[in-house]
Amino acid sequence: MTEPIIQMQNIEKHFGSVIALAGVSVDIFPGECHCLLGDNGAGKSTFIKTMSGVHKPTHGDILFEGRPMHFADPRDAISAGIATVHQHLAMIPLMSVSRNFFMGNEPVKKIGPLTLFDHDYANRVTMEEMRKMGINLRGPDQAVGTLSGGERQTVAIARAVHFGAKVLILDEPTSALGVRQTANVLATIDKVRKQGIAVVFITHNVRHAMAVGDRFTVLNRGQTLGTAMKGEISPEELQDLMAGGQELAQLEGSLGGTV
Amino acid sequence: MAEAAQTTPAADERIKQISPLRKALIRPELGGMVGTVAVFTFFLLFAFDSGMFNSQGVMNWSIVSAQFMIIAVGACLLMIAGEFDLSVGSMIGFAGMMIAIFGVTLGWPIWIAIIVTFVLCTGIGALNGFIVIRTGLPSFIVTLAFLFILRGFTIYLPQIIERKTIIGGIKDVAEGDWLAPVFGGKILQGFFQWMGEAGLITTFTRGTRAGQPVVDGIPMLIVWAIVLIIFGHVLLTKTKFGNWIFAAGGDAEAARNSGVPVNRVKVLMFMMTAFCATVFAVCQVMEFGSAGADRGLLKEFEAIIAVVIGGALLTGGYGSVLGAALGALIFGVVQQGLFFAGVESSLFRVFLGVILLGAVILNTYIRRVITGER
Repeated sequence: MTEPIIQMQNIEKHFGSVIALAGVSVDIFPGECHCLLGDNGAGKSTFIKTMSGVHKPTHGDILFEGRPMHFADPRDAISAGIATVHQHLAMIPLMSVSRNFFMGNEPVKKIGPLTLFDHDYANRVTMEEMRKMGINLRGPDQAVGTLSGGERQTVAIARAVHFGAKVLILDEPTSALGVRQTANVLATIDKVRKQGIAVVFITHNVRHAMAVGDRFTVLNRGQTLGTAMKGEISPEELQDLMAGGQELAQLEGSLGGTV
Repeated sequence: MAEAAQTTPAADERIKQISPLRKALIRPELGGMVGTVAVFTFFLLFAFDSGMFNSQGVMNWSIVSAQFMIIAVGACLLMIAGEFDLSVGSMIGFAGMMIAIFGVTLGWPIWIAIIVTFVLCTGIGALNGFIVIRTGLPSFIVTLAFLFILRGFTIYLPQIIERKTIIGGIKDVAEGDWLAPVFGGKILQGFFQWMGEAGLITTFTRGTRAGQPVVDGIPMLIVWAIVLIIFGHVLLTKTKFGNWIFAAGGDAEAARNSGVPVNRVKVLMFMMTAFCATVFAVCQVMEFGSAGADRGLLKEFEAIIAVVIGGALLTGGYGSVLGAALGALIFGVVQQGLFFAGVESSLFRVFLGVILLGAVILNTYIRRVITGER
């Protein structure tokens, strides 16, 4: 059994009088896709922001590779190898794919006294990485604005992996996508997982979670009922846990089991 | 080998092939290049005999264009970084007045006056940027406030100190100074002398300067314009920092998420804009020998128009320094060309309005093509 790369132990987060997280424990393993499910307001975002260094937990410990970690800001978390791909705000449409890919991590070369952006290297690597992920670019100078939503997510994931992410947090990457694009993103998650990277996949779509998940944790009103392994739980059970059981059972009755 | 074949995917049938011509056209400088060709064609046809294209004529519109270029470089970089500076014109007046007050009224050596003015003005630029970053207000409002604040001081200070709104005598105090010729001097005088002797350019035929060429060198103003354009272009397209400028203007939040120091980029670009305005002011003060309270009026809008003609988007994140330079060239050539062609100069404003509208429409179209929006 491999050691977990991140252990979140009894995490509590209070915002003033609001208790967003009331003691959540989750272990993240390398090479696995850990699905974090929950309805809107369940505390998913707060939880991953705690993991990626945006928030500090009010109580509880975070262990990264077995050692307690205290990230001052997201920048620390990124350099430690925890990368977050946001649902929006990941790419700049007017800039080329290669400029986006290396945004904030620009490769440089020295020519005399000048330190210049190494466009040749950036273009070559971008084309290579995109091919690996199965995206056909017209050229590295193609603007990100011309890519579909799924392709943009894939570029963002490829970028995080290229820059040495050990843990990849995906914040609802499929929520705004069509069927085919969703399939592409899920395939990308599978490829990344096989490289030994831990993936934390946030979603409220049970079917997307079942497609790639190895472990499932359901958050409900800032609490969790534990983590289930793949095969231990059915989609219906997950759905029930997310919505808090009873209410959805009633709804399901009136909707004829279509939810 | 089978695997290698798999990793090279078949061409996607949904990626339309685009013609090289169309691809070449989709660049920020397009409007500027088309405009430059159109403007030169027009004046070559209609004003060729007016003296516009002899040595004095060329120097005349080159100087005017170079003035526009200097402030357009700063405005361009700032606009790509996603902000505006409406205080450029007032900054020009203010910087000129400060040099006059330091150098003439207070009697400091002119090189100290110049350096202190540069520090002061880029400091005000940084303050502009700092207020925008800290308050989150639109730069439009913050710099509009500074447009009035700086202009107010530019009129008030000389009035209480010297009881007039123009301070002269700068040529005398700049005499023999080491830094003043960097802004007010000329270069390549030997070359122009030789061209005059060889009969390539016109020379004075009478008076004390008989035999000397009418245009006796390239003013430092033009040198500054070229240096700033090259600096701006290399910075924007060839460096890491240039990528940050695009990123900061394209989407500040996404850039921050990727670790780009957006605030630092924006403040530095405000300082760059102020620096360019100060260069303009120092060159102008050295040329005229005086500083006036009304210098630089409306320059902020002229700079922004040149930048927009050059293909930059008002919303930031896209544009080109070379384009802005072409925009400034169009500006200078038309302004002076109408004079040479004997056209009523007020029509220049009509032209400005029309070309601004045309440029914005073209830019919007290009933006749609690159981002695939409909």
